[in-house]
Formats: sequence, structure tokens, C-alpha cells
Amino acid sequence: MTIVKAVTCPVCGSLCDDIELTVEDGKIIKVKNGCALCESKFLGIYSKHRVLKPMVRKKGKLVEVSLKEAICHAAEILANANYPVLYGWSSTNCEAIRVGLELAEEIGGVIDNTSVVCHGPSVLSIQEVGIPSCTLGQIRHRADLIIYWGCDPWSAHPRHIERYTAFSDGRFERSEWKGYFSKVKALLARKKIESTMRRLFLKEKTTTPPRIKRGPPSTIFKEGRKLIVIDVRRTKSAEMADYFIQVEPNKDYELLHAFRALIRDEEIEVDTVVGVPVEYLEEIADLMLRCEFGALFFGLGLTMSSGKLKNIDAALSLVRDLNMRTKFVIMPMRGHFNVTGANIVSTWQTGYPYAVDFSLGYPQYNPGETSVVDILLRKESDAALVIASDPVANFPKSAVEHLVENPLITIGPHFDPTAQMADVVFPSAFVGIEADGTAYRMDHVPLPLKKVVEPPHGVLPDEEILRTILSEVRKTKKAKIKAKAEVQ
Amino acid sequence: MKENPKLKVTLLTGRTIEQGVGKEHGKASEEYVESVSVCYLDPEDLKRLGITENANILVSTEHGTVVVKALKSLRAPHPSIIFIPYGPWANVVADPETHSIGMPSFKGIPAEIESARNKPVLSLKELLKTQFGKD
Repeated sequence: MTIVKAVTCPVCGSLCDDIELTVEDGKIIKVKNGCALCESKFLGIYSKHRVLKPMVRKKGKLVEVSLKEAICHAAEILANANYPVLYGWSSTNCEAIRVGLELAEEIGGVIDNTSVVCHGPSVLSIQEVGIPSCTLGQIRHRADLIIYWGCDPWSAHPRHIERYTAFSDGRFERSEWKGYFSKVKALLARKKIESTMRRLFLKEKTTTPPRIKRGPPSTIFKEGRKLIVIDVRRTKSAEMADYFIQVEPNKDYELLHAFRALIRDEEIEVDTVVGVPVEYLEEIADLMLRCEFGALFFGLGLTMSSGKLKNIDAALSLVRDLNMRTKFVIMPMRGHFNVTGANIVSTWQTGYPYAVDFSLGYPQYNPGETSVVDILLRKESDAALVIASDPVANFPKSAVEHLVENPLITIGPHFDPTAQMADVVFPSAFVGIEADGTAYRMDHVPLPLKKVVEPPHGVLPDEEILRTILSEVRKTKKAKIKAKAEVQ
Repeated sequence: MKENPKLKVTLLTGRTIEQGVGKEHGKASEEYVESVSVCYLDPEDLKRLGITENANILVSTEHGTVVVKALKSLRAPHPSIIFIPYGPWANVVADPETHSIGMPSFKGIPAEIESARNKPVLSLKELLKTQFGKD
């Protein structure tokens, strides 16, 4: 039995690098320090739903074939395609992404990563406005005001609050964990008393609490780190917060601009903004100005709602305004563990972070035109390679329809809906568990991924599969040119 | 026969921790399917539809219809806002409009819900087969 320490978790953009794994007989048997997502990933590699053999669709059914046959089939599809799309990349290492970009250039295809359906709008706004940001370490040690807007770290980045923000013990700021714990205890006690009273006296219904209390909450004067959550639902993260603002769906833009007006000391001549009393907003704006180091994290609640990139534009501008008066940083909550890496590798190879089109022989970038969902909706692509992603489960139906109509190649460890619809399926090793490499955390810090156990027999890492496909594509193309020359 | 009451709501799709755990078990796993073929409703909306928790409901948008299991939201009150975790069921009714920037509209979609007592929630295989004709 061996214990492997300081393993980087390959699940979300937080990339926690303090995971301890117990390995016995080449198998992971215990996960320490990880969240629920982390544990189910490390132990889920032994799932019965894993693909272990390459498969090719023959007469409508997927059948197991040799790796060589699958490679030849995939290379044939890609070499003959006019406008193939290569999509995914966010749950693999930077080394595989680099080979993917080479393949995209070779076949004159479009290479796009999952940021197109998560923080693509954020990238567009950052390119327009700029981003005052820092590392998560800075926030851990110094931030005294944390705002989560349109994101629920408790569900999507479960250890984010504990490792990097309100519940972390920094050099200059203390963890607010104890305060939260006593708040929960008090709440539970109150609920118990209420239900006892109800049972004893009347079967009277308790009234639901008002959506927003008028005026500032009492915790506004509390010492130490303050946590604010702004969201359309009272999420679990919102319950942890000192203040929670419930915004109406698709109204974030208005609220962001209300804050911008308030921190510039402008009067707002209405009583409420998107259902929130202005006096309450004034208190929060005041808190933003009074903090020494504020950090605003935003999620898909802003990028996917009405306004999309304009919401991010407003959030970035708010933070820019705040920096006239105090220190404030902003950071997107990146989802997949290496989606930041996918943007970075794509940028240093092609100049553009996602939606890169090589069809003219040089990289072009125009999200809306060269982004994969739009290409699929316009029914322009004629083949696809999907790696480390599951667009059949995550794209709108009309986009998936075109994806599955054309030859589809998948590379990934799970037999997910995309693999079920595919024509060629390559099983691959779990990156960060059965294959090493590099991944970028959401604050752009690169971290090494470890190979902890051996992959099942015959299962290769993404990078190797891509390299083999690339060399086979080159061979196929060369043979085609030769055959053409002979005919002439 | 009395018609089922219909409610006009706003549909949000998003991540839940159960969906996150389920996907790591494999998308064919029971954990995953159970975590994404559901819809979280405000308790008041459940009453308005005349149904109790775990009943099937039909969610309709301009882009499609899907039957999912109704669950009582622990994040209430959020009247007239329903929540389906990301996944194949949510994407049947999600809005593909990208507004020329590549990003479909997965949140804040106008929708209608009604009780679907006699309609089953499709399994992943059935759903993929009916949507895309492949298995």
C-alpha cells in the first residue's frame, strides 16, 4: 500500500493540489482531502461504463476493432473532410491540446474548446475591456471582501471557498468558517423551536421569509472577511454568505450598472432595481468601496443569461471603476480542470483562445461564425473529432442533430452519449490519474498532473492517440496526392 | 375531462453537485441519469400544478418538449423559476440562439410546464434514439 501525496485533482478549475491517494495493488482505494466530485472521479475510473477497446460503427452498430483499424478509419474521415470540427480539449492536458492544434492545421479544420459554451463571452469581454486579476494565493491571503456573482461554488467548485476565499486561513485574513458554523447552529436551533411550537400549538403554516429583507442585514458590521453572493436562486453558496442578493433572471446587467452608478456616488431615482431595494444596494456599494482588497468571481449565470458578453463587460467595468477607489480583482470561475489551459495553448499556438478556423491555411477567429455551435447550426461541418468532452449531452438539440449526422470520432475514457452516437470511438487514459501532463488553474497558474496508476491494458493517453492519428492523416494525404499525380 | 393546469415559467439550467458526481461515475450510470432527468420546482408551483413531488411533468419551450421528474426545490422561494441540471434532458428544451457569439442561451428560457401523469421519463438510450435516431 502506498500513499501518493500532493496529487492535483483533475475535475474543476480550482485544481486542488493537496489530494492524497492510497494505492493498493495498482488500484486507487482511498481519496483524502478531496470533495465529492474529486472522490467520484478518482474512484470512478473503475466504473463499468468505461470504454476499454476501440470501436468502429459497422452496419449501424458499434463493434470492437483493433487500434490500427480505428486509427486508419479516423484518419480516412479526417483526411477526406472539407470542413471538420475538432472540439472538446478542456479535460485533457496541454500536451494533447498542442497536438490537436497541429492536427487542425494539417486537415484545415476548426478547433474549438468548451469555453465556447462556458466562458467564451468572458474571453470576448476581456479582449475588449481588459481584466484586473491576480492569483488565487493573493486572494487567499489578502481579500477581505469576496463576491460570487452568478455562480454556485458549493456545487461546481466545492473547495473554492475553503481553499481560496472566505473559509481559508490567509496570512493577513482569517477564515470565517467558525462564524458560519455558529450561524448554521443558530439557524437549526431556530428551526427546531419553530417546528416544536407548531406541533404543540397550532397546525399553522410558517410564513415563507420575504425574498429580500428591507435594509441592510445585521452582519454588515461584522469584522473580518465578508462573503456576498448574487444569484437568481438561493443556492447552497448563498446560504453560506453574509449577504445574498436574489436577482431576477436575465436582469444582472441592470444590477451591475446600478452598482456602477452607486460607487460613482450617483443618485438612483427609483426605489428598487430588479426587485432589490436601492438602500440595500447602497450598503453593498459602500462595502465594496470600504474593503481593502475585494475579489469578484463570476460564473455562467452571467455568461449564459441575456446580455452574455455585455454582462461581463459591465462586471469588468465595475471592477475597473472600483479600482479608482480601492483594490479590486475579478476572475471567471472556470469549469473544467484545463479549460484555461485550452485557451492558453490555443493562444500561444494560433494567437486566438478558441473557435480557431484553419480552413484557409492560416488561423482565423470570429466567434459566432467560427464557433462550433454556430457551425453545427448552419450545418456546415462534414466531420467531427470530439475529445475529452460530451457535446451530445451538453449542446442544444438542434446543434447535436448535425453533429451526429456526419462522421464522428470520439476520444475519451467514458462511454458517454457522444461516444454512443460516434462512428469511431477511442478509449483513452484518465489524464491526471493514468497520464501525466500540465493543466492551468483558473488563475492561469500551470500545475503538474500526476500519473498515479497504470491505465488498463491497451488504453493510451490522449496525446499518443492524437499523434498516431496525425501521422496516419499525413500518410493518407500523401498517398492521395501520389495517386492523383499518377492518374495525371 | 378537466385539463391539466399549465404554468408559464422561466427555465434555468445549471450544475448541481449530484450531476457533477454522477458524470464522474459515467453518463450511463444510474446516478447520472437520476441527477439530470429531473426538474426542481418551487413548492408553490407544485401545488399550482396539482401534483406532488416525484410526479412527472412536461416542460415545453419553443425548442422542444421533454418529460422529467418534478422535485421540490430546496432553494425556494423562487416562484415561476424552474431548474433542470445540465444534461441531455435539459438540452431538448434549451435555446440554441447564440446571438452571434457562439454561446447558446442555457439560462432564462421562457417555458411552460404541466403535469404529465401518463407520460414516462425516457431512459438515456430512448432519449438519444428519439432525438437523434441512433443507438
